[in-house]
Amino acid sequence: MAELAERPFPPGDYPVVVVGSGPGGLQVSYCLGRVGVPHAVVSADPAPGGMFRRFPIFQRLLSWTRPHAPYERTDRYYERYDWNSLLAEEPEHRGLAATFMDGSSEFPARPEMERNLAAFAERTRVAVRYGCRWTATRREGDRFVLETTDGEYRARLLVFAVGMAEPWKPATLGLDQVPHYAETRSAADYAGRRVFIVGKRNSGFELAEGLLPWASQIVLASPRPAKLSVVTRSLVGIRARYLQPYEDAVIGGGIHLIDASIERIERTAGGYRVVARSTMTSRELLFQAEAVIAATGFGTPLGDLAALGVQTFNQGKLPVLTPYWESVTVPGVYFAGTISQAMSGLKKHGVPSNSGAVQGARYNARVLALHIAQVHFGIAPERPPVAPDRVLGHLLSEATRGPELWHQRSYLARVLSFGPAAGIRDEGIWPLAHFVDAPGPEACAVTVEHTAEGEMRPALYVRREGRVEEHAMATNELLDFETAEHRAELAGLLDGLGGWHA
Amino acid sequence: MTDADETVDILAGLTLFADLARPQLEAVAHTLEEEWFTGGQRILRQGFSGTGFYVIVEGEAAVRVDGEDRATLSRGDFFGEVSILLGEPPIADVVALRPLRCLFLAGPEVERFLLAHPRVMYRMLQAQARRLRNANRWRS
Repeated sequence: MAELAERPFPPGDYPVVVVGSGPGGLQVSYCLGRVGVPHAVVSADPAPGGMFRRFPIFQRLLSWTRPHAPYERTDRYYERYDWNSLLAEEPEHRGLAATFMDGSSEFPARPEMERNLAAFAERTRVAVRYGCRWTATRREGDRFVLETTDGEYRARLLVFAVGMAEPWKPATLGLDQVPHYAETRSAADYAGRRVFIVGKRNSGFELAEGLLPWASQIVLASPRPAKLSVVTRSLVGIRARYLQPYEDAVIGGGIHLIDASIERIERTAGGYRVVARSTMTSRELLFQAEAVIAATGFGTPLGDLAALGVQTFNQGKLPVLTPYWESVTVPGVYFAGTISQAMSGLKKHGVPSNSGAVQGARYNARVLALHIAQVHFGIAPERPPVAPDRVLGHLLSEATRGPELWHQRSYLARVLSFGPAAGIRDEGIWPLAHFVDAPGPEACAVTVEHTAEGEMRPALYVRREGRVEEHAMATNELLDFETAEHRAELAGLLDGLGGWHA
Repeated sequence: MTDADETVDILAGLTLFADLARPQLEAVAHTLEEEWFTGGQRILRQGFSGTGFYVIVEGEAAVRVDGEDRATLSRGDFFGEVSILLGEPPIADVVALRPLRCLFLAGPEVERFLLAHPRVMYRMLQAQARRLRNANRWRS
């Protein structure tokens, strides 16, 4: 506590300043520290945890952690079964989430997640200047100046890990007078009421599921039909945990899912009148409700970064980023945490990365820290040699159980270079988009991908003479890619690469 | 900075969506995702599977086969549908020539989208017919 009382990182000059103390800020600071990049971390919050200090509203996460998995909690391969812990090099700091769970669910309660993140920060000694709010940004020569409530910070590089938890509403007439998801009251306050929820994504369904024992009627409405993750065979769509309202709707159980554009919301003596129009028939639809909640999503608190020149998209909610999560228009401004989803990658068959969640963003943060260390501080990454007779086994082992590849399918890849002088080297984990589009020597990248039908399989990208070709490999019922069939297939695909032969 | 209304207005101005009433346009605006690309960035990659359908809202892109530019696409043009309809990887790169703003629909959603919006499918068919006619003209 003495350290906290002293408050680290007073205003001044630093090589890098990280903003944020949620999972993204903690992970990137931890990784920058371990790779040897000096930096400061500031956060407006009074304690670590970011959005998990408050959300989800119904106090249970959507991402799971299996306390009992095929691997020990301290094993790197355990990460595949744990979506909620931050990454650590030291075995004793790995897989912390499970140690805070009470066994009642594989989905941690919000306070359990908050304790998990606080324990990570404390045990790995990630220092943060809490209670220091970033207020403005400007440029002075080759430095950025970060104005905060504590004073000015100067740095060549900025890393923003400020989350995507800023309530956002579209400009629908009258929607400004109803509470956002983030302002939902306790469930008992909706007892016996008709509740109209604007939005049919996970936050809308979370509210509906939580209000099932309380509300007398629930209507969920938005222009787009609800998508289900079990139908898209990915994490795109309503997650299985929140499907009860959907089932109630399809059996006529007092829940209604309406595909309609909301034209306006009016106050009445007893509540609200919602005027909507069916997107199927163009017919006007009227709803009466005692409560309306806007489950219309979240934006990113980007402050004045657009004025600094940071190009944004998606209604200003996200910055346009390079494959290494750097603003395309303001070099030196990087993003970590959930904002890293702004770099969508190859998005094969429409399946996005998991960068919007801890289990994906934590790997992006590690790749980002190594990238910053190499590009801006001349700290060369480890590139361990791979013996020629280990190439097949190494790649197939990574495809079968490498947590980076499983959590960030078609997005992050394990790269091996086949140089004439340096021999075969493990180049580590790269953004796949960078590997396939940037020039480079003979090399290959392996990742895990979905097929159009939702099957999972390894995919190999091979660069020969500057040209990258994609090779989809065979799948396996048990997702075991270390079979003789896979060895033979991979040997054929790599044959001759940098003079390598099986 | 844009909002959903702006996306609806943009869609209304594109030939592909010209027959849709405003509620349908709003449904489409909520179905398509916005994507930004910088100049030089590849959007479709020759020989890579699992691509999507893109409609250009702003900017220009080149259709590039084996490094040679064959055509330029601009506002209102769309690409990616051929490989989705045929279930084959694209036979060309599509590369942003300058900052490019697109609307994106994932490949597996295209069939359902077109069946739900037959007027869009008809407009797409017209565009394909024009492309076929022009290709035949070049050959003759």
